[in-house]
Amino acid sequence: MYARSAGLSVKSSGGNNSTLQGPSAKQRTQAQGKGNIRKLMPHTEKTGERRPSQSRGNRLSQLFSSSPKANQQPSAQQALMAMQNGSSPSITASGLALPTISLSTATAGEPNQDEPPTTLFQPPSSTEISRQKRFDAQFGPLVDPTDRYVSKHHGEPLEAPIIDEPPYYYVLTTYISYLLLLALGHIRDFFGKRFSKKQTYKTLRVANGYAPLNDDFDSFYTRRLKMRIDDCFARTSTGVPGRYINVLNRVSDDFNETYRYTGGATETLNMSSYNYLGFAQSEGPCANAVEECVKRYGLSFCSPRADSGTSDLVCEVEKEIASFVGKPAAMVFSMGFVTNASSFPALVSKGCLIISDELNHASIRLGARLSGAVIRSFKHNDMLDLEKKLREAIAQGQPRTHRPWKKILVAVEGLYSMEGTMCDLPGILNLKDIYKFALYVDEAHSIGALGPKGRGVCDYFGIDPSRVDILMGTLTKSFGANGGYIAAEKHIIEKLKSTNSATMLGESPTPAVLMQILASLKIISGELVPGQGEERLQRIAFNSRYLRLGLKRLGLIVYGHDDSPIIPVTLYNPAKISAFSHEMLKRRISVVVVGYPATPLISSRARFCVSAAHNKDDMDRLLAACDEVGDILQLKFSTGIAGGLKPLPEDALEKEKIGQGAKGPKLVIEPPRWSLEEVIARGSEDAKMRLR
Amino acid sequence: MDLHEAQVYLQTSLHEISHAFQKVPGSAVLVRYIQSSYQNDPVRSAIELVLVIFFVRYLLSPSYPTHDPNYVKLRDDEIDELVRDWEPEPLVAPQTQLEEAEAERQPIIVGPTGPKVKLSNGKTVVNLASYNFYNFNASESIKEKAIQTLRTYGVGPCGPPQFYGNQDVHMQTEHDIAMFLGTQSCIIYSHAFSTISSVIPTFCKRGDVIVADKMVNYSIRKGLEASRSNIRWYEHNDMEDLEQVMKKVAQEQAKKKILTRRFIVTEGLFEMVGDCSNLPKLVELKEKYKFRIALDETWSFGVLGRNGRGLTEAQNVDAEAVDMIIGSMAGPLCAAGGFCAGSKDVVRHQRINAASYTYSAALPAMAAVTASETLNVLQCNPDILQACRDNIQAMKAQLDPRSEWVRCTSDPENPIMLLVFKPEVVSARRLSNEDQERLLLEITDEALANGVLITRLKSFPLIGSIGTNDIDIKPALKVCITSGLSKKEIEKAGMTIRHAITKIMTRKPNKQSSTLAA
Ligand SMILES: Cc1ncc(COP(=O)(O)O)c(C=O)c1O
Repeated sequence: MYARSAGLSVKSSGGNNSTLQGPSAKQRTQAQGKGNIRKLMPHTEKTGERRPSQSRGNRLSQLFSSSPKANQQPSAQQALMAMQNGSSPSITASGLALPTISLSTATAGEPNQDEPPTTLFQPPSSTEISRQKRFDAQFGPLVDPTDRYVSKHHGEPLEAPIIDEPPYYYVLTTYISYLLLLALGHIRDFFGKRFSKKQTYKTLRVANGYAPLNDDFDSFYTRRLKMRIDDCFARTSTGVPGRYINVLNRVSDDFNETYRYTGGATETLNMSSYNYLGFAQSEGPCANAVEECVKRYGLSFCSPRADSGTSDLVCEVEKEIASFVGKPAAMVFSMGFVTNASSFPALVSKGCLIISDELNHASIRLGARLSGAVIRSFKHNDMLDLEKKLREAIAQGQPRTHRPWKKILVAVEGLYSMEGTMCDLPGILNLKDIYKFALYVDEAHSIGALGPKGRGVCDYFGIDPSRVDILMGTLTKSFGANGGYIAAEKHIIEKLKSTNSATMLGESPTPAVLMQILASLKIISGELVPGQGEERLQRIAFNSRYLRLGLKRLGLIVYGHDDSPIIPVTLYNPAKISAFSHEMLKRRISVVVVGYPATPLISSRARFCVSAAHNKDDMDRLLAACDEVGDILQLKFSTGIAGGLKPLPEDALEKEKIGQGAKGPKLVIEPPRWSLEEVIARGSEDAKMRLR
Repeated sequence: MDLHEAQVYLQTSLHEISHAFQKVPGSAVLVRYIQSSYQNDPVRSAIELVLVIFFVRYLLSPSYPTHDPNYVKLRDDEIDELVRDWEPEPLVAPQTQLEEAEAERQPIIVGPTGPKVKLSNGKTVVNLASYNFYNFNASESIKEKAIQTLRTYGVGPCGPPQFYGNQDVHMQTEHDIAMFLGTQSCIIYSHAFSTISSVIPTFCKRGDVIVADKMVNYSIRKGLEASRSNIRWYEHNDMEDLEQVMKKVAQEQAKKKILTRRFIVTEGLFEMVGDCSNLPKLVELKEKYKFRIALDETWSFGVLGRNGRGLTEAQNVDAEAVDMIIGSMAGPLCAAGGFCAGSKDVVRHQRINAASYTYSAALPAMAAVTASETLNVLQCNPDILQACRDNIQAMKAQLDPRSEWVRCTSDPENPIMLLVFKPEVVSARRLSNEDQERLLLEITDEALANGVLITRLKSFPLIGSIGTNDIDIKPALKVCITSGLSKKEIEKAGMTIRHAITKIMTRKPNKQSSTLAA
């Protein structure tokens, strides 16, 4: 039986799991990553059988016994053990019953599989195949073992990415488009408010003695601009937002006022979710652990942390996060937004100054505002501007009184979600040494997604995390869970725990979420399913670079730093926002598009979020789609200054390797317009070198 | 200078300018372009001119106002010196004694929460500190549903609702809550605590007027702060005072001939006091003076009314008469997240403008499904609520009239019983708020030592953010009742609490202070 199902999995996964067929030990270690994806799969029982799971269990219990509270935490431990014991009958049973469950919620495009399996240990082969398919839809198999890269900074000062600009024609037409939209909108409003009886205008008028619920000025943008392309936003999805995402089919008969769901869903390649490390999965070790955890812990702790919401599980997670990010202590919250919104008030108050990057997230801005401190902002990632602001702040002191500031807190993000840029951490730390401010880094997008070990910007730049005062991050993105954390020195965390309002009064994270965090953290750090975490990290790094390079070579204007998994592609004209989204959806790719006011007026963009769940085939599929759509929508207008140029001649490459990179021959800068075939043919190799 | 000279001068300079202009590459093209376009299509030229002007204005607009008059100009070396001399305060202050004592005593629960919990010191105690009023946390069928959801959706939705994070299960839960409450529509947030802090600033802007109860909880206060609206307070639950304030606002605005949005913000069951609002009166006043109501039902949703629909059901008010009902799915519903129910317009506006909705990831599908399930149970078995209420009565019988030290300020149907010191006790012993907190901390200690886990009302963040002078929040013990315990067990726990209170209160005063100082 084992032989049969192993044979099956070979077929279904394109033959890349030869490791399962009993390779020599050496081979196995070499191909760790490859094999580990297999380990994720439900039929790992076999591996468990062949390799005595005892040893792994032992390792795990050792791991626990090294922690001081080990004896007191049997349940957290057991739940974690569960994800190791793929062979435990209870999990197998529930695991096998799954396809039936999923059917009831209609995942589109799944083959027929209603009949529940008859015997537990001899699953019918069709079930196996469809499970494999399901699994692959959440986490793609690695096509080529070399499609990996280590996300790491190589020492040179971080330069701002070069921002390419389109020909003036596009800039002009963009402005004209917006002008037209604004003018039309105002004209329609003008007449509509006076003569129309439609509901939309009613809410804008004084009715029955009540002032309108929202000012027409405030809602103008929403009604007149966003409404036109509203169907590109808030698309309802179902199922796991993994490698693919199922988008419910819908149409609007009233210009996006309401939607009619026409039934069924379309499976699209998911370039939109923040699923950086591919932990959005309903199967595999994480999901198993979560299931076990729900069975044991129930659904909720029903209490704020400060009352009776502090469980052994949450303590374990906090310890794990602290050691993961490299700080002595950490605390978790049940929402990332609130982590920021409640932590600034707990850290700074009147008489303090917050200097915040101009592109910081809304939650940071809200937290800063609620804190009562004075807020100034500096130009995005501009160290000179930051220094200027710092000097001025310290020299001038508080407004009016000129008293020195009590504290200065600089708040930046690790990776900016709309720009794809990383913060210049080395630069900021240099300033920090001189100006003695406290540094708060929001690693919402960078934790997990950057660095050779996935530990965020500090890891990426090779910087000791102790040099950053507060490391904040969210668990929503890379870990496939929900919530946020703060990591800092022990005394800071202790104080925050007794002053932070969200800890005192807000709900604590649910057991399921906590276990997802714990399991994914342990996988990333290699404590569980060794090798798999590393594979995920290296796959996202490779995918990011590969896609970025490919898009540049096709001639699109791409923003952001090279290693960033967030890849914004500029569209400019507002009409292209919806056109791009629709064209992509037609090609079964779901993308996020954003325009004014989330971006500057001119540079509306589409944003691709690369994931470890994607493989090179997916990237190629996206590149092909971008190639086509780029032609249709005239998006290929890069000038080449930002990269994507023709390769250097061979000898130049040689020289560069020897180390004369900077002084190498200057390239002729010409607009890159590679053909798709060329891009794909050269991409894999070139993505691992310095991007140009 | 006579006229002729001026003319000549003008001509030469014009000539020079045009000459210089012609030298600029591309100028000829431009001139030709303007000429021909003007001849062919003067309207187009006009539009283009407007555009050019717009452009130039845009380019020339100053980025930000420069320095204030208070600015002192300093030399670079002076600044360097100031930089060298500047010593920031430590990022956080050290913990206070009370905070330390509290942190030390923080019970850590091992395993699931429930009516009885195991603590990390190995003891199993009765848990009267969690909002698990109906013990849904232990329901196997709901767990099973959650696991099914896990196996279909995974855990996190990995994105904000606007960016594919909105899933069909969320829509279902929104629908379920709206149906349950009887409102047109509903929107769910991924965090209950911050929901109202986000809802208020979504609607209330600078210049709008909000009339709020003085005892509103921390989240509401933060929402009010973030809204930058004009805020008026009325005495806690004092409808006459409210009417006065509303009347005044209406009159002021009538006089100035302005009409802004006006809101009443209050709670269903007050987190800080435990009592409940008079909704029929509120609705009457709101309609009279044309205010809208935002009602925070975080503590009353799933608690009051025959089926737990909250204040509207308990006081027979049509839910549509309340403009916004904000509630929590994280308490008795044993899920996570919050919601805001109201008319379609109210909900639609939030989907795009509410900060913690648009800028934060959606609720995990498991939690959404759990909320739907628990709501369903409430709807089908109102007996559960009754069981809990019986337990509340049983507990109350043990404490309120029987203890000579404390009284209960909560509504008789509120499973969160807040016990404050009787005024005569406070005045006789001249207890400051701080003293009371300490005593309460010792009482919780004592109760825990006897196998009952209770906590105190955490009023610190609220008081810390507004100062004590403004409002009178009394330190209180918090006893949360659950239907998961039998009447006998509740009575026994009640007795334990009563004895703990008596023990601490009758102890020698000098010993009192020493335990905490140690
Ligand atoms: C920088 C940053 N901080 C915080 C958050 C909020 O995190 P969460 O979605 O977990 O609430 C986000 C999410 O978009 C973010 O980008």
